Amino acid sequence: MAKITASVYTSHVPAIGAALDLGKSSEPYWQPVFKGYEFSKQWMKDNKPDVVFLVYNDHATAFSLEMIPTFAIGTAAQFTPADEGWGPRPVPTVIGHPELAAHIAQSVIQDDFDLTIVNKMDVDHGLTVPLSLMCGQPEAWPCPVIPFAVNVVQYPVPSGRRCFNLGQAIRKAVESFDQDLKVHIWGTGGMSHQLQGPRAGLINREFDNAFLDRLIADPADLSAVPHIDYVREAGSEGIELVMWLIARGAMADVNGGPAPTVKHRFYHVPASNTAVGHLILENT
Amino acid sequence: MALHKPYTDVPGTTIFDAEQSRRGYHLNQFCMSLMKAENRARFKAGERAYLDEWAMTEEQKQAVLARDLNWCIRLGGNIYFLAKIGATDGKSFQQMAGSMTGMSEEEYRDMMISGGRSADGNRYVGEDGNAQAQHQPQGKAGHKKASA
Repeated sequence: MAKITASVYTSHVPAIGAALDLGKSSEPYWQPVFKGYEFSKQWMKDNKPDVVFLVYNDHATAFSLEMIPTFAIGTAAQFTPADEGWGPRPVPTVIGHPELAAHIAQSVIQDDFDLTIVNKMDVDHGLTVPLSLMCGQPEAWPCPVIPFAVNVVQYPVPSGRRCFNLGQAIRKAVESFDQDLKVHIWGTGGMSHQLQGPRAGLINREFDNAFLDRLIADPADLSAVPHIDYVREAGSEGIELVMWLIARGAMADVNGGPAPTVKHRFYHVPASNTAVGHLILENT
Repeated sequence: MALHKPYTDVPGTTIFDAEQSRRGYHLNQFCMSLMKAENRARFKAGERAYLDEWAMTEEQKQAVLARDLNWCIRLGGNIYFLAKIGATDGKSFQQMAGSMTGMSEEEYRDMMISGGRSADGNRYVGEDGNAQAQHQPQGKAGHKKASA
């Protein structure tokens, strides 16, 4: 039986990917960011999953305004890193897990979450930057990855509550898969940032750190926070944080199990326009 | 019945909702076309002619030609789409974000290094934070304007 063993949460700032790709990670500006992930890279090696279920958002890359799926699951055998206008990132092709992805799609849709199934899709920095942060610069990613794209670009985006409930449906789906697989679920994006208008550059340390506290200790309560609070407190793009609630909803304690162990916590300002937050929670 | 939009009183912020998306559809799809290298080259070779291939309003075309991202956003542009214009121009995301504040690139970068823009005074229209309409443009550009 497959099992979710851990959840990982991280920002996915594109400039972090660029810094790594251009060999700037030891520069004084970037050094503190990458230092915050040193533990995580070792932890990934020591706790190598069989599959990563990676929740992220597409940034006008695979999805233009032609189609705007709220929740899209990647069921393909592989996904190519996209050219976002600066040329594709020099990172490995992402290998999927079509069997588990199709199983999750079937189970979650039967649980009333109407996923869009995507058999062909390029993946942008939202997906590849978290992989780079957690795995460094390998020849190949350490395991298959199921991309799960959430619309957080065009409002209204899904509510925190809906995301948290979806995470619970994903846990149930994973646990009903017959192969013995260790699965990580990652929630990415955030933390506070705003990329538009005269209010661009907004950062809110207090909000972000309270979010991390509540995500660990009381995610159900946190999931009730309405969109407008994210916009006002964490910036218009800070709304990406709802995706962290999908990963958190898939942890065992939400289903009556023991509380997860906090293996790592990191927070840093800034990376380009954004506050970087990172957590690793393990099911015990 | 009017839709519920609790986000119209956040200063310096335009929420990209279904209405803005409808207004900006052709503008954003033009931006999307710049994902292809050959289209970037054609756009650079003749911006006006390239824009005329799209069913954009004249004002949207003017906003693109002026590289005025705040103007583009008012007309339905979304920053993730508009970023393709910046990429075509060789600009980083930070340069693009900074351009909307009126600050110089250096001023904006320094603000981020020193912890970013505070939410205080910038939560509701009518407060006195630096993102409010009465404090635009920000940085030295604003000081010049005030002393002129």
